Amino acid sequence: MSRFRSKFDGYKLLLALAAPALALIAAFLLSSLVIAATGKDPLHAFAVMIDFGSKSDSQVWIINKAIPYYLSAAAVAIGFRMNLFNIGVDGQYRVAAFFAAVVGGALSLPGILQIPVIIIVAMAVGAIWAGIAGVLKTTRGVSEVITTIMLNSIAGSLIGYFLSEDRLAVKDGNLFHTPNIPAAGHFFTIPTDPKPIYGTVLIAVVIGLAYWFVLGRTRFGFDLRAVGRSESAASASGVSVKRMVVTSMLLSGAVAGLVGMPTLLNESYNYGTDFPAGVGFTGIAIALLGRNHPIGMALAALLWGFLERTGIQLEFEEYAQEVVGVMQGVIVLSVVIAYEIVRRYGLRMQQRKVGEELSARARTDANDDTAEVSA
Amino acid sequence: MRRVTKLAAAVTATAALAVTATACGESSTESGGKKNKGVGLAFDVGGRDDHSFNEAAAAGTDKAEKKLGVKTKEMTAGNNETEATREQRLTSLAKAGYNPVIGVGFNYGKSINKIAKDFPDTTFGVVDSGSAAKNVSGMTFAEHEASYLVGVAAAKKTKSKKVSFIGGVDNALIQKFEAGYVKGVKDTDPKIKVETDYLYKESDKGFNDPARAKDMAKGMLSRGNDVIYSAAGQSGAGSIEEVSKVKGSWAIGVDSDQYRQKGLEKYRDAILTSAVKNVDVAVYELIKSVKDGKPLTGNQTFSLKEQGVSVSTSGGFIDDIQSDLDKVSKDITAGKIKVPSKP
Repeated sequence: MSRFRSKFDGYKLLLALAAPALALIAAFLLSSLVIAATGKDPLHAFAVMIDFGSKSDSQVWIINKAIPYYLSAAAVAIGFRMNLFNIGVDGQYRVAAFFAAVVGGALSLPGILQIPVIIIVAMAVGAIWAGIAGVLKTTRGVSEVITTIMLNSIAGSLIGYFLSEDRLAVKDGNLFHTPNIPAAGHFFTIPTDPKPIYGTVLIAVVIGLAYWFVLGRTRFGFDLRAVGRSESAASASGVSVKRMVVTSMLLSGAVAGLVGMPTLLNESYNYGTDFPAGVGFTGIAIALLGRNHPIGMALAALLWGFLERTGIQLEFEEYAQEVVGVMQGVIVLSVVIAYEIVRRYGLRMQQRKVGEELSARARTDANDDTAEVSA
Repeated sequence: MRRVTKLAAAVTATAALAVTATACGESSTESGGKKNKGVGLAFDVGGRDDHSFNEAAAAGTDKAEKKLGVKTKEMTAGNNETEATREQRLTSLAKAGYNPVIGVGFNYGKSINKIAKDFPDTTFGVVDSGSAAKNVSGMTFAEHEASYLVGVAAAKKTKSKKVSFIGGVDNALIQKFEAGYVKGVKDTDPKIKVETDYLYKESDKGFNDPARAKDMAKGMLSRGNDVIYSAAGQSGAGSIEEVSKVKGSWAIGVDSDQYRQKGLEKYRDAILTSAVKNVDVAVYELIKSVKDGKPLTGNQTFSLKEQGVSVSTSGGFIDDIQSDLDKVSKDITAGKIKVPSKP
């Protein structure tokens, strides 16, 4: 029995490696086909990407770009782990960043107070915005998919309403933005050559560790995953599903509130009409790609940054601008499909093994029986 | 605990690796030619063939290619871009030796002025935004003045006494179009109702979502509006198409002379006129100045006075009211009519 298990673990490891390998090969082949279909040389494209993407300033750019992506993916993944589809990370982080910017621009405290205040406001606003969907789901039974999507739209209108000169914004050329956060409220940067890495990368690391610990190592995390697997089983074992829904929406929203922080505290220092939107949707793709795993999502976020960085260079080298978008889509699809194929294959293998083992045992039992009879 | 240690070790190793690589690796800005390769042009969302704003800038570089023999490298913005992406696009153009490097659209305002400091020997230009660096030319236009004129034309041509305005994005720039247009209509006939609406409150998708403009125009037409002015970049094509389906109604184009746009040929008989922004002239002049060795820098405004904005007459649909428009135009340049730039 023990020999059988170790052999089986070997299979498991092989299967675990097979999925990403299969996905990578499929994504590579499909992307090559797409590039070739546009009449360009795919191999040269990959050479350009690797060469340009490994330059030092590219690395810094990629890391900085990956920070909000990672936070966004973590926010989405918290929901995913309990079968909640928080499509509203986009709205949550924008509302959060906006009000955090308003508060940050209005206060001038020493940095040691100012930065935590801004971050706490962002997390609170993000949590409240997501909490609306959580409460609606538990009290009225409204699907969180619908409410979070609608809340995205409402978030856009809300910000648009306040982001005008006679309300909470100042005019700067053709842009409206909230008053600048004073220098004391700027987050530190890690000096690297030629451009610095944003200090907010630490926030991403902390969230990654917290995500791993809370979901994987605590009772709460276990309950959350249990609800994700089976609501009825979880409630039968004494977990309040309603409370879990609201709590995880609040948590997801609080993390979503952090998504805007790298931009706000390390880059723009205000929320303007040019504040990046859509990071919440990128987070969904990255959570899928990283399989909701804290390290997987980090790799996925970096991969996304890499693709975006090198995509501009591809456009510069006369490749179609859309190539990178296609690649991103192909990669996500490949990963999702590859894991599903490998999972089904693994399941079938497992069933066969168990079947073989059972029949073998039945045979030996039968032999024993006949032996007994003859004796 | 074992897994924690392993995890920590992995994270530290990765971080250390990344930092070392960063410290030792070659920076992409270090390798790059110095020779002038021509014009680097970075479009706003919608791209070269938006039949409107970007295409007006492209007309300027096309002219420069023909007359000055310079080459142009074009790149295009995507939706929901961050500053980092815009900065990279401009950097890659400047680094490769393109001069001047021109950003089309106020979205490039911040990034151009920032990148310009890294490339002091290159001349930069930005359309619709001001200059904040020594080697930047900020080209801004009096959109509200041209919009006032098309507002007058709309007021003279409407039969239902209902006209409307579609803005791409509700921002300060597009509000200038709205303000001028509404004032132009109201000054001509205060009884006319003006319906104004924006495609998006704050997303740049407003400039490349023709389907949404089409829907909005459909609604406006069904409520009896018979002249629709769209200031929405590429989206405008959607409302022009919708207007062309309803007999007796007019579309007013923006930025380029949209009657003359190849992509809109099918609908051109519905295009009353266009509030033209002569981005092509501004872009051409900048390229020429760099070529001549006397690069233009600082803020440059293009108003009705220096024909930086104008009203197109292609199609001859406004020939009958041309004298009225000329008079209004004179009054604006003389300062007799004050056109507001905010609604």
